[in-house]
Amino acid sequence: MIPNKASAPYTKKVLFPDKKPPSKQMKSSTLTNAAGLSSLITFTILLLAWISGFASRLFAVIRFESIIHEFDPWFNYRATAYMVQHGFYNFLNWFDERAWYPLGRIVGGTVYPGLMITSGTIHYILHSLNIPIHIRDICVFLAPIFSGLTAISTYLLTKELWSAGAGLFAACFIAIVPGYISRSVAGSYDNEGIAIFALQFTYYLWVKSVKTGSIFWASMTALSYFYMVSAWGGYVFIINLIPFHVFALLVMNRYSNRLFTSYTTFYILGLLLSMQIPFVGFQPIRTSEHMAAGGVFGLLIFVAALRYLRTVLTKSEMKYFGGVVAVTAAILLLILIALTYTGVVAPWSGRFYSLWDTGYAKIHIPIIASVSEHQPTTWFSFFFDLQILVTTFPVGLWYCIKHINDERVFVILYAISAVYFAGVMVRLMLTLTPVVCMLAGVAFSGLLELYLKEEDRENGDREGDGSEEESEEERERSPGRALYDKAGKLRRMKHERPKGSGDGLGANLRNGVVIGILMLLMMFTVHCTWVTSNAYSSPSIVLASYSNDGGKSILDDFREAYYWLAQNTPNDARVMSWWDYGYQIAGMANRTTLVDNNTWNNSHIALVGKAMSSNESAAYEIMTSLDVDYVLVIFGGMIGYSGDDVNKFLWMVRIAEGEHPHDIRESDYFTERGEFRVDSEGSPTLLNSLMYKLSYYRFGEVKIDYRSPSGYDRTRNAEIGNKNFQLTYLEEAYTTEHWLVRIYRVKKPDEFNRPRIPISERTITRRTNSYISKKTARRKKGFIKGRPTVVKGQKPQRRTKN
Amino acid sequence: MSALNVVGKFWQEYTKSTPKKLKIIDAYLLYVFLTGVIQFEYCCLVGTFPFNSFLSGFISCISCFVLGVCLRLQVNPQNKSQFYGISPERGFADFIFAHIILHIVVMNFIG
Repeated sequence: MIPNKASAPYTKKVLFPDKKPPSKQMKSSTLTNAAGLSSLITFTILLLAWISGFASRLFAVIRFESIIHEFDPWFNYRATAYMVQHGFYNFLNWFDERAWYPLGRIVGGTVYPGLMITSGTIHYILHSLNIPIHIRDICVFLAPIFSGLTAISTYLLTKELWSAGAGLFAACFIAIVPGYISRSVAGSYDNEGIAIFALQFTYYLWVKSVKTGSIFWASMTALSYFYMVSAWGGYVFIINLIPFHVFALLVMNRYSNRLFTSYTTFYILGLLLSMQIPFVGFQPIRTSEHMAAGGVFGLLIFVAALRYLRTVLTKSEMKYFGGVVAVTAAILLLILIALTYTGVVAPWSGRFYSLWDTGYAKIHIPIIASVSEHQPTTWFSFFFDLQILVTTFPVGLWYCIKHINDERVFVILYAISAVYFAGVMVRLMLTLTPVVCMLAGVAFSGLLELYLKEEDRENGDREGDGSEEESEEERERSPGRALYDKAGKLRRMKHERPKGSGDGLGANLRNGVVIGILMLLMMFTVHCTWVTSNAYSSPSIVLASYSNDGGKSILDDFREAYYWLAQNTPNDARVMSWWDYGYQIAGMANRTTLVDNNTWNNSHIALVGKAMSSNESAAYEIMTSLDVDYVLVIFGGMIGYSGDDVNKFLWMVRIAEGEHPHDIRESDYFTERGEFRVDSEGSPTLLNSLMYKLSYYRFGEVKIDYRSPSGYDRTRNAEIGNKNFQLTYLEEAYTTEHWLVRIYRVKKPDEFNRPRIPISERTITRRTNSYISKKTARRKKGFIKGRPTVVKGQKPQRRTKN
Repeated sequence: MSALNVVGKFWQEYTKSTPKKLKIIDAYLLYVFLTGVIQFEYCCLVGTFPFNSFLSGFISCISCFVLGVCLRLQVNPQNKSQFYGISPERGFADFIFAHIILHIVVMNFIG
C-alpha cells in the first residue's frame, strides 16, 4: 500500500501539464498493487472529468468576459451581492422596494436562498483566508465548479446502482453532456447549477440508505434534501419520486425493514427541514404536491405494524386486523379528499397541473406558456442535448430491468418519470440528463464488458495495447473517457474471471464493435463540444455578430442602455419594460422596475402588457397611474435580432387580454387573414399600439442599405407600415448604437399639448407666498426650460469657511 | 369477545418473547405516542394558533416515535440478517445523530 499511496499525489501533479506521463506510471504501478491502482484510476478519471467539465463551460468567459448571463442570474447575483454586503439576516428580511413598483417584493420570503448562501459561504471562506476575490467571479464560476461535484455524485450513485465502471462512464458523460451544460456554463448563475448536484447527491444517499437501512444515511439524505429544497423548486421531484419508489417496492412485495427505517427517517426529518425555508413555509403539509409523500409514510407504518403483528399472531387472528386496516385506509383517503375540497389542502398549483394536462397552461396561464423553456420538447432537442446517450440509455434501462433489485427499481422509475417530464417541458430536460447519463454509462459498461472480456482470456495484453492505439485519438479529445476505457480493461483483468460462455465471438467482430463504440464516444465528445460552443455559451447580454470576412464584432447595446439609465436618470426613476428585462434593469441600472422575471403577480404584468398594447393616450393613463418615468423597449429590426419586443408582442396582448378582456382583444392585432404583420397591411390597432410606436419611432427615416426601402425591418423582413408619426406623450431619451434598446421618457402633464379646457373650467393655483425677496439667491420666479444650472466654483465654499 | 381474546394472547406472547431492551424501547415509544396524542387533543380543543409551534411539537413527537421504531428494528436480534453491518451500538449512535439534527431543527422552528 505504501508505495502506491506515495505515488498517487505525485501522479496527480504530473497529470495537469501532460497526459502521457501518468499512463506510463500507471503501467508500472499495475504490477505492484491492484486495489490502490483502481482507486488511483478512479480518482484520476473523476478529476479529469471535473477539469474537462469545468473547461468546456468556459467558452463564454473566454469569448466575452467574466459576466453574469441572461435574466434570472442577474437577480441571483444582485441578491447575493446584497447578502454579502448586508449580512444574512438582513438578506432574509430584505424588502426590495425597487421591484414591482407600487408593491415591492419581500425577497427573503420569496426566494430559494441556497444559491446565495452557497456562494456567500465560499466568499466568506476565501476572504477569511485572505484571498480577495470579487463576489461576481464566485457567482460566474460557481456552476462549472458544481458540475464537477455533480459528476462525482453521479459516479457514486451509479456505483451504488451498478458498478464502478459504469459510474466512471456516467461521470464522464455528465461532465460534458450539453443537456446539463446548457444550465451550468460559466456565468449562468442559476438555481439549477447547484440543484442538479443536490438532486444527484440526495438520490445517492437515498439509494445508500435503502441498501443499508441505516438511520445515519437516511438522516444524511434528509440533510441533502434540505439543501435541495433551499436551492430549487425542483425538490418536488425528489419528494414525489422517493415515495413513488417506496410505493413501487411495496406493490412489488419488496418490503423490508431497511426500507422502513430509511424512508420514515428521511421523510419525517425532510418534512421538518423543508419547512425551515421561508419560501416553502407550510406547503409540505398544505399542498397536494407533497401529499403523496405523507400518504406513503402512513402506508409504510401501516404495513410495518401489520408485519409485526403477523410475527406474533396466527393467520386466523390476523383476519380481525385485515378488516380494520381496509376500513382505516379508506377513511384516511376520504379525509384527504374532503380536506382538498374544503380547501385545507391546496390542490395542485397551475405550474404542476400543466405537467399532467399539457394544454392547461396554454389556455389558462399564458404567462407560463409564454416562456420558451416551458414549451414541449421536440425530438430534435432530445438528440441535440443528449446525442448518442438518448439512443443508448434504453439499453441501460433494459439491463436494470433484467437484473432488478431494490435500488434499480428506483433508477427505472427515475428514468421513466424524467422522460415523461422532459417530454412535457424543454426546461425539465435537465432532470432527464443525469439519469440518461447513468443508464448510458450502464449500457456502455455492459457492452464493453461483453466485448472485451474474452480478449483477456485469449490474448490479454496484446489486445489491450491494440485498442489503446485505437483510442489514441479519442484520448486527446477527452482524456477522462480514454482513461476510463483503460481502467475498465484493467479492472476486468483483475476481478472478473471469464465465464465459459461457449459461443465465442470472433476477434474481428469484437474489435469491430469496440472500435465502433469508441468512434461513437468520440463523436459524442465532438458533438458536445460543438453544441456547448455554439448554442449554450452566449451570455445574451453581450451579443456577437460575425461579418462576411469572419471578423467578430461585439454588440454591447444592453449594457450601454443600462449604464445610460444608471448615469442619467434620477435614482428613484421608475422604468417600465416587459418583464423579461426587469431583473437586468434592477441588476445593472439599479432602477425601480414595474414587473420582472419573478412573475408572481399576473395582473400587474397584464397591466404593463395592456399599456404596451393600447394606443398612446390610453397607455399614458396607465403609465401615469403607475408613476412610470421611463419606458424601455428592445428593438431588433435594425440589426436583425429576433428576440425583441415586437416578436414577443403577441404574448403581451394575450396576457393583457386574460385580465382585461374588454379593452384588449388578440384578434384586433391580426390582419383579416389572421397574419401578424408590421407592414402597411398590418392591422391598424397594431400599427398604433404603444409598443409599435416605441419600436419604430424615427425608424421610417432610416435606410439601412441602398437596395432596401427606408424603414426596412430586418428581423421581420418587411417595410414598416406606419412611418412618419410623432409621439405625443413620450419623448425619445436614448437609443443605443445598434438601436437594440430604446429608452423613452414619459412626459409630465405640463409638457405636452393638453386638450383645451374652457377658461371657465380652469382652476388656477397660485402660490400662497407670491412675494420673493430680492436678496435671496433665487431671484427669478419663472425659469427657463433646459437652462443649464450654473455650478459655482470654489467661491461659496470659501465663504462658508470664513 | 374473540377480539379481546386476540389482544390477550398478543399480550402474553409479547411479555414472554420480547427481550428486556426492546421492552424499554417500547415503553419509550408508548410515552412518546401518548405525548403526541395529548398534543393533538390540545390542538383540537384550543386551536393551532402558533402553527409552527404546534407543528414542531407534534412532528417532533412523530419523529421520536419513528426513530424509536427504527432503533427497535435495528436492535431486534430477529432482524440481524436484514441490517447487515449495523450493530446495536451503531444503531444507537445513528439514533442519537438523527435526534441531534431533529432537535436543532425543532428548536429553530418552534419560534
